[in-house]
Amino acid sequence: MHIPPAIDPVESLKAALGDAILDVKVFRKETTVVVEPSRIVDVMLHLRNTTGLVYNFLSDISAVDYYPDTHHPERFGVAYHIYSMLYNRRLRVKVYLPEEEPVVPSITSVWPAANWLEREIIDMMGITFEGHPDPRRLLMPEDWDGHPHRRDYPLGKEVVQFSFNAEEIMKYKPFAQK
Amino acid sequence: MAANPNELATKATWEGSVEQLRGLVSDRALSGETMLLNMGPHHPSTHGVLRLLLELDGEEIVTVLPDVGFLHTGIEKSIEDKSYEKGVPLTDRMDYLSPMSNNMAFCMAIEKLVELDVPERAQIIRVICLELSRIASHMVWLGTQALDMGAMSVFLYCFREREYVLRIFEMISGQRMMGSYFRPGGVWRDIPADFIPEVKRFIEYFPAKIDDYEALLVNNPIWKDRTFGVGVLEPDMALALGVTGPSLRGSGVNWDIRKAEPYSGYETYDFDVPLGEHGDVYDRFMCRLQELRESVKIIQQGLKRLTPKGEFRSNNRKYVFPPRSELGRSMEAVIHHFKLWTYGFDAPDEEVYVSVESPRGELGCYLHGTGGNKPRRVHFKTPSFMHIAAIPTLAEGHMIADLIAIIGSVDIVLGDCDR
Repeated sequence: MHIPPAIDPVESLKAALGDAILDVKVFRKETTVVVEPSRIVDVMLHLRNTTGLVYNFLSDISAVDYYPDTHHPERFGVAYHIYSMLYNRRLRVKVYLPEEEPVVPSITSVWPAANWLEREIIDMMGITFEGHPDPRRLLMPEDWDGHPHRRDYPLGKEVVQFSFNAEEIMKYKPFAQK
Repeated sequence: MAANPNELATKATWEGSVEQLRGLVSDRALSGETMLLNMGPHHPSTHGVLRLLLELDGEEIVTVLPDVGFLHTGIEKSIEDKSYEKGVPLTDRMDYLSPMSNNMAFCMAIEKLVELDVPERAQIIRVICLELSRIASHMVWLGTQALDMGAMSVFLYCFREREYVLRIFEMISGQRMMGSYFRPGGVWRDIPADFIPEVKRFIEYFPAKIDDYEALLVNNPIWKDRTFGVGVLEPDMALALGVTGPSLRGSGVNWDIRKAEPYSGYETYDFDVPLGEHGDVYDRFMCRLQELRESVKIIQQGLKRLTPKGEFRSNNRKYVFPPRSELGRSMEAVIHHFKLWTYGFDAPDEEVYVSVESPRGELGCYLHGTGGNKPRRVHFKTPSFMHIAAIPTLAEGHMIADLIAIIGSVDIVLGDCDR
């Protein structure tokens, strides 16, 4: 089988969608392309469909909270890790989202695998994925308030029950007494 | 902010309306034409606490809605509050059937973030442990899948062999399962003198046992009836759904991270990657079964290279604590020891992503430092998570009994999924 030669993803993106590319970073041989959040679907489609790139596999979507540094350049970051089976290389595409309105288009139309990965972030970070087919909470109970993986969300603990505080604690656990 | 648990407890009701499910199940369910049935969370064949909401037309599955999160323990959040090395024991608890792979992913991420070297001998120890842990994990998979489908004796045989591996783990790390044996820069302590002979005995004993499993299942007509053509996953669909590991290779896609992006010296070992053809339950079963033999091959090669004594962790004292024997003689060692066990070490405010081939598939670790001694964000991309998300696609149109076979064949661990 003839495999077309690999091309540089950053060059190709800059040529095709130059206005959507905000920054390019390389750390420990991992390339990160920072893109405009509203253009993420175009960027992903370009990376998946262009000959010589063919990033055909979505490895992971992770969200980062930069709190208290809310200008890093923004408070939230969403990192998409994509992988090309043909050329055996990885790329990280990243978007930064502001604290007030953390909204980014969903990429479930590009990779169905993004469905649950995005749902986890909706649940854990409170980031909205526009156009997500099923934006329910995934891991936490559906009536839960808050988003546990935000940095301003307290770690939480269970108060240890001793005889001096047993009554106080049991007051809040009606089902435990049944 | 966090919901007050007390308030939640008093508010809780046990009633629900089918209306909540509009759009998720077919309209036939809302009119009562098809039946909605809960499977789990304590159904034994769901391999943990997984709840599946099934929409059934007779015995045929129309829709599956997996509900996960029962085992969510906030491991990622907890690691964010600990120095790097102290996060390692928490990673054990994710995929509790192969803790070493989780340790490996997390340690590799740290090593990449701070550019820490791992001595060659430590890498060999790691590879042997990883492959042993692959065998132990596949033993549980084979046993439980066979048990789900009515083959009781396979389960007992598999657990006998698994116990052998766990005894080896106890020998090297002091614990049968949650060993936390891998640490940034190497492994926790040197292998005991019995380790090499014991592993040798195991790999001489084990291949005959694989023959036994094959004799029991591979040509068994009942097994074939239950697995042929069930839960077929096309290669394109598997890639789109993010399915990895033996489940992906069962569909014929040749992607093994040990070959594609070798870590810990896997490129120097000679082993094959078994592939399936049809992507059904039987092919996934055969892939895993053949992987057992490949693991034995890797362990054999590792043992040939492993010297009984030598380096087992990095000598970079800024990241790796000094040996106990130095503490009595060297003031510097005491300082390093104290500093590393109280404060830890700093890592740059940058991000890395590494992935390893766990027994289940691609286990990715995204690690973002802060510049200080604690990570800003740790995220594990776990294979079970992606596989449970793929179950609805696999199960559609099958019978309930086939769903049991499908769940077993994608090999899920709920601790791995929920983290």
